[in-house]
Amino acid sequence: MHEASLAGGVLQLVEDTAVSEGFSRLLSLRLEAGQLAGVDVRALRFALESLAPGTVLDGAQIEIEEPPGQAWCMGCGQTVAIAQRGDACPACGGYQLQPTGGMELRVIDMQVSDD
Amino acid sequence: MCVVCGCSDNSPAHARHIQTHAGEAGVVQVNPGNGDLHFGAGAARVSVPGMSQARAIKLETDILGANNRVAQQNRGHFEAHGVTALNLVSSPGSGKTTLLCATIEALKTHAPSLRVAVIEGDQQTSFDADRIRATGAPAIQVNTGKGCHLDAPMVSEAFAQLHSHDDHGHDHHDHHHDDAHSLLFIENVGNLVCPAVWDLGEAAKVAILSVTEGEDKPLKYPDMFAASQLMILNKTDLLPQVKFDVARCIELARRVNPTIEILQLSATTGEGMDAWLHWLDHAMGHGHHHHEEPAPSAAEAVLRDRVEQLEAELVQARAALSAGTAL
Repeated sequence: MHEASLAGGVLQLVEDTAVSEGFSRLLSLRLEAGQLAGVDVRALRFALESLAPGTVLDGAQIEIEEPPGQAWCMGCGQTVAIAQRGDACPACGGYQLQPTGGMELRVIDMQVSDD
Repeated sequence: MCVVCGCSDNSPAHARHIQTHAGEAGVVQVNPGNGDLHFGAGAARVSVPGMSQARAIKLETDILGANNRVAQQNRGHFEAHGVTALNLVSSPGSGKTTLLCATIEALKTHAPSLRVAVIEGDQQTSFDADRIRATGAPAIQVNTGKGCHLDAPMVSEAFAQLHSHDDHGHDHHDHHHDDAHSLLFIENVGNLVCPAVWDLGEAAKVAILSVTEGEDKPLKYPDMFAASQLMILNKTDLLPQVKFDVARCIELARRVNPTIEILQLSATTGEGMDAWLHWLDHAMGHGHHHHEEPAPSAAEAVLRDRVEQLEAELVQARAALSAGTAL
């Protein structure tokens, strides 16, 4: 359950931003957790919801985008889609793959209110 | 270039930007460097008080950024102290602590002047640190409580503790120890999932898998084996007693990480320990890269072919381009 620690990291980022930007209410928050980022999105959402009460996250709508996993296949010399590490290349069936996308783990942006 | 405001500042501190939706009135941008506010920087070029209080703040910030910054500090700190740090990861019960104790004992004869220290991560108890201290090596136990992994700040504090309890008589701030190198083993919490995500500032992650576990673990926990530079197959003395297909295990590990190095050993009998000590020598900078076999791997050969092919295409494209401009 490292998602709980990650949720703490998200809260820290939002709280820091609340201080630096001086907003009063968080309306929505958009995150990005790639398919190959080693994160269970449902667990992350659950952790964020558990953490929210009494914090700036309370009542905010949280959107988590999941960029698809991508890898460079050395065998066929092209970028292919993979759902997880250890998957075979869908084109040639080989395993000489270097993940190139879907490893993002970021806070993208947030909608805030100054009311 | 910063994709948000177009300036040339790429520092992490600059990753925080503020801007409202383009096209909306009341656009405000904050210069993260000095806090200057730029109203009316949007399409309307004007700020209209009271028109819209909702605004968007663009962060584009890595959730692990805070951890990774401390990890980088650790890395710099280790380098300044001549410390090679290795992050040992595995399931509970793979024999990490036994391997460490055996390694420390072996290093006493293999490299008598080498200083070895250990940071032990566990949810509770100081059992493991006690076992390490019994070998004479300094150890700091980190209890993570409910936590399932070590993070970079924990390692930073533990490293500071190691130094304040260092009885070698060195000044803490003296970065020029008479012994140029030391080895720091960071034994992570037994967990094949979470520690994969957290950089501690180590030179390399070493995954330990014992033959009493399943040979399919590299595929079941791919993130960890993908993040590791070396996989140690431990408890090989038990191979006659267990059903463990070594070849298949290696094949699966290479499937998730084509460049992973693999060693087989038994910390109990000492079989295979020499290769591990040799690997440690390399990790400490006696040759930056360790190669198991001198011949290039299949992956390397494929990559070389691909590079040659691309270079040939590039030459052709350049020729076509210069022919085109000449016309």
